[in-house]
Amino acid sequence: MIAQLIGENVEALLDNWLEAAARLSRARPELATERRQQARVFLEQLGHSLDDDTRPEDVRSAPWSGVRETLDAIVDSHLDEGMAPAQIAFFVLSIKRPLHRLILERGGDTEKQLKALWRIDLIVDRLGLYTAEVQIRRKEQVIARQQEEILELSSPVVQLWDGVLAVPLIGTLDSYRTQQVTETILEAVVSTRSEQVILDITGVPAVDTQVAHHLLKTVAALRLMGAEAIVSGIRPQIAQTMVHLGVDLGQVVTKARLADALKLAFRRNGLLVSAGAGR
Amino acid sequence: MGVQREHWPLMSAADVGDARRAVHATARACGFRTADAVRLATAASELARNALVHGGGGRMTLSQIDDGRGIRLEFRDDGPGIDDIERALVDGFSSAGGLGHGLGGARRLVHDFEIESRAAGGTRVVVTRWRR
Amino acid sequence: MTRRIPILEIDGALLVTVQVDLDDHLAVQLEEDLGDALARSGARGIVIDISGLELVDTFLSRILAQIASMSRVLGAESVLVGMRPAVAMTLVELGMTLDGVATALDIDRGLGILRTRLERST
Repeated sequence: MIAQLIGENVEALLDNWLEAAARLSRARPELATERRQQARVFLEQLGHSLDDDTRPEDVRSAPWSGVRETLDAIVDSHLDEGMAPAQIAFFVLSIKRPLHRLILERGGDTEKQLKALWRIDLIVDRLGLYTAEVQIRRKEQVIARQQEEILELSSPVVQLWDGVLAVPLIGTLDSYRTQQVTETILEAVVSTRSEQVILDITGVPAVDTQVAHHLLKTVAALRLMGAEAIVSGIRPQIAQTMVHLGVDLGQVVTKARLADALKLAFRRNGLLVSAGAGR
Repeated sequence: MGVQREHWPLMSAADVGDARRAVHATARACGFRTADAVRLATAASELARNALVHGGGGRMTLSQIDDGRGIRLEFRDDGPGIDDIERALVDGFSSAGGLGHGLGGARRLVHDFEIESRAAGGTRVVVTRWRR
Repeated sequence: MTRRIPILEIDGALLVTVQVDLDDHLAVQLEEDLGDALARSGARGIVIDISGLELVDTFLSRILAQIASMSRVLGAESVLVGMRPAVAMTLVELGMTLDGVATALDIDRGLGILRTRLERST
């Protein structure tokens, strides 16, 4: 019944709805057509789902799956435009008034009207909540992706010279990150055939026993493969904290500066650094 | 869909090799990263050898769980059992004269580790590793 | 056991390239064969290439450590070469760091290490 009513009046409903929504924020002109199309699909599906009495109030149930999918798309296109969460919820809620008006004008006798109004109120409110959940889910996906990217960005393996790799370690070294970073370093050793690996910890805020443990594991894995590690970038404060905490890097060769580590790596590879003849 | 199970006997050194190769191949087929497939297969090798050497032979059940998001391995033997499980899990402990990194080491290579041993005999170890 | 890992002799060194997954018997057999070959050939060094190995567990790593100790006792040097990244990480997590075993990235560098060590000792 509602589906038919919506179907017969869809253009008028869309005009009213999109006008109300535009009062808060106006879609970019090139998006207006797309927005109207999405809204039309949404209205049609909403009508059918409202008429389906199998699960009248549960917007998470199967009869509502089409409505939910269209809402997902609406949320995505709003997010792409950079709209705030409240604006997106407002967009969905602002369909209420045009629907109310339609029911009051054409919705049959008073009892029927009241029933329809009550249902629309309940359902649209729940759909509003649903959009909030979709947005949270989208944000979580973005955060997860960014974490992956940070992970990759924060451990670039740099080939400084033939046979010499350097890895600037940045941030907190937890066990999951260290495993990933170690894997990247070891793969780079194989692909570049490098025997010298400089682990620079200038960007690591603190070296506690756990961080030291991770470093030692990486160094041990490198040695098993036949590569040698040098840890550089141990700032004086960090050295002090390490001594204070009783952190021991054992047999690992350490240097204060990356430059010193590079010099050692050159020497181990039998390279001499000297000033050119032009001097 | 659901659970896929395979049973592997552990009655000889060659069986241990077959079992660990099966675990490695299954982990790769399920999309485990190279290093994670190696971790799980190495843990399988340790536990399979334990069942053979200390349990006098046994069997491994390999299950893909959650549609291949994880792999669960169960090792069973009817040997004399382990008297002191806590001690057996400490590195360096071995009742058979090895260096004893096996049981404790295997535990570090998996995400879930359960061990159950009865004085009357028989040890059951269940380990799970999830794809990342 | 009829299966054996072949041992080659190059420039006074023994070269073993492991290309199949080693079960426990085969690993023990290799250790014995290497001892015999060292004694028989008078070779002064061993290079073991494990770049073909996908898995090394505690048993095999113990055998590899024993081969290194045995060759020292017999007056020879040994180098383990080509360990894969995933194997190296797993062994470290198992606590097997093979401290007494010399390592190199590949066979060439392994032979290079043997040469410098042997020159130093003569």
